[in-house]
Amino acid sequence: MERIPILRMGRYLLVTIQVDMHDQLAMNLQDDLTQRIVSDKARGVLIDISSLDMVDSFIGRMISNIAGMSSVLDAQTVVVGMQPAVAITLVELGLDLKGVRTALNVEKGMALLQAVS
Amino acid sequence: MNRDVVVEVTEVMNLKSGEDVVRLRQKVRERAVATGFTLVEQTKVVTAASELGRNTIQYGGGGQARISVVANGTRRGLSLEFADQGPGIADIALALTDGYTSGGGLGLGLSGAKRLSDEFEIESQPGQGTRVTIVRWKPF
Repeated sequence: MERIPILRMGRYLLVTIQVDMHDQLAMNLQDDLTQRIVSDKARGVLIDISSLDMVDSFIGRMISNIAGMSSVLDAQTVVVGMQPAVAITLVELGLDLKGVRTALNVEKGMALLQAVS
Repeated sequence: MNRDVVVEVTEVMNLKSGEDVVRLRQKVRERAVATGFTLVEQTKVVTAASELGRNTIQYGGGGQARISVVANGTRRGLSLEFADQGPGIADIALALTDGYTSGGGLGLGLSGAKRLSDEFEIESQPGQGTRVTIVRWKPF
């Protein structure tokens, strides 16, 4: 079963989503990240979605879930690189990604993570 | 859709698994690009397709998607039809309410797809399956 790689940078976990995910892959990522936050004692998670040309409600919910679970585990989540067309569509879709911090790119996202965690 | 609409080409896809939804998104993206949609228009129609395709599999037990390039005199567009022989929807108005979900989701799939499209039609009866059709137009 394919899985999206999770990299570790100090106390932070970095995920770059570069494939068009089917639902199972998204759910695996959610589970894998949660486990890694605990096993690596991570203080934050950075999710890079700059390669995603589409985010639907399932993926949106995955992102919200990851942010929620991280928070429960005392870690912060930042999503970076959302494409403009995706942002516009998400708003029209009605998905508000409450409680999910965003930043323009990985560099700014890491700075934000370091500031809040 | 009225009678003056001409179907230029249709492609049919089976929807059974998660991977089929990935293929569906790719096909819809290709057709949207070929029809001349802007990036934002493409993203909206692909996202709507993803929502409806998932519904077909998750609630409908699997079904078919029909991707058609259509023309209506002054404009061309993409028409997507999702059909299944699943349990059907008892209360369509309820199903179309933001946040209503019978499956633990966010409840935005049906209402979201409607918002992301220019036209939206749904036929469903309990025990008779469900058919959802959306159209996105591009002016010439």
